[in-house]
Amino acid sequence: MKYVSEFRDPDAVKSVLAAIARVADALGATAERPVHIMEICGGHTHAIFRFGLDKLVPPGIEFIHGPGCPVCVLPRARVDEAIQLAERPEVIFTTFGDAMRVPGTGKTLMQARAAGADVRMVYSPLDALELARRNPGREVIFFGLGFETTTPSTAITVQTAAAEGLTNFSLFCNHITVPEPIKALLDDPHMVLDGFVGPGHVSMVIGTHPYDFIARDYAKPIVVAGFEPLDLLQSVLMVLTQILEGRAEVENQYARVVPEHGNPVSLAAIADVFERRPSFEWRGLGEIDLSGLRIRQKYRAFDAEEKFGIGYGAGPREVAEPDGCACGQVMTGRIKPLQCPQFGRGCTPDSPLGALMVSSEGACAAYWQYGGARLPVALS
Amino acid sequence: MCLGIPGQIIAITDAARQMAMAEVSGVRREVSVACIARDPLSSLIGEWTLVHVGFAMAVIDAEEAARTMEALRDLGEVQEALDAMAETAAALEQVQ
Repeated sequence: MKYVSEFRDPDAVKSVLAAIARVADALGATAERPVHIMEICGGHTHAIFRFGLDKLVPPGIEFIHGPGCPVCVLPRARVDEAIQLAERPEVIFTTFGDAMRVPGTGKTLMQARAAGADVRMVYSPLDALELARRNPGREVIFFGLGFETTTPSTAITVQTAAAEGLTNFSLFCNHITVPEPIKALLDDPHMVLDGFVGPGHVSMVIGTHPYDFIARDYAKPIVVAGFEPLDLLQSVLMVLTQILEGRAEVENQYARVVPEHGNPVSLAAIADVFERRPSFEWRGLGEIDLSGLRIRQKYRAFDAEEKFGIGYGAGPREVAEPDGCACGQVMTGRIKPLQCPQFGRGCTPDSPLGALMVSSEGACAAYWQYGGARLPVALS
Repeated sequence: MCLGIPGQIIAITDAARQMAMAEVSGVRREVSVACIARDPLSSLIGEWTLVHVGFAMAVIDAEEAARTMEALRDLGEVQEALDAMAETAAALEQVQ
């Protein structure tokens, strides 16, 4: 973590922290009866730990780490399917590096590569497209992952492949959306959330209106936030102030980057290429209605699930979580990572059992990396 | 992969395909400017953008770019993106 004096604008940080303390006091928030604020985005989770914001705010404020790390919520069945695709001899399987170490039921993509599968890490789906152009005799599959930040890039890549008439490129689509799991969490009777810090870069694409239901139907405040420490603290203050004043609104702390209506070109590309699946499985959360995207019929030639007969509709899909893995309970805020029986024992960043330990945006990996003195105590 | 990295547009490389050269922390990488396209495309040269997995997704001002870069550098996200760009070069050249 950083000391306040190391922040870009320490005086501003101190003044926001003081204001947070005042409002938390006025709300009567204590460590025993905290205000629960969920940061939805995995990037925010990482920033909160990296900058030690969870320790800078008063003990009456508790961050609940949301499901906004796409690698973390990728179910084991989908990893298995990705490996099945990658092991086909004609296939070059391309993926973001983040997905390489996510465990399926048997192995990871990294292990599949070591065993001979042609798995290649790419920076952009455009690179997968370029591989398809350069290797006309091979089938190039791109592992499409991520929320609305990466979905437009995949959509435009599929449009480009179609415009060029490429026949050896396809997409294994695992794109998911932010609002639906929030709705699922809010519908959970065990949930105790008081407000949300909304994702910054996702909102740059979708705008702020997709969150309207949170304020309107569930009477919870949500503030879209940037990634700097001051952004996050200001957003926490805005959430607390709404609660104190009895308001539930969608506010935009990150208006310098997030337009109210999002990015129209991106939204048009997404709408052109993708449609919602009836439901999609989230690791730790189960099936969530309308939370995943699939390729529309008009682009079916680029759908790896269609092309290779894999995925939803191709067979039974129930795959249980590994024994003792409590990712789901961590992700819904019921327990902290340190309370998981496998944390630091069967599950470490070098040998992850659950997905929350894999990515730097996962809550468990963040606890491990930035937990400092808390870890030895907890693990002893 | 989820956070955009600031990159400055330095040239339009293929106007028809809406591709441009961006400089991200000293590294040059061709990116799509389809999502921020405007007429003429060359007016994007010199602009700072947020680049997500090879796509410029928003135009930001230089001050915002500097602040974002600092926060992302602290998070290790900049190095992660640069490493991924280097990996890609290897993936494209690999012959099997």
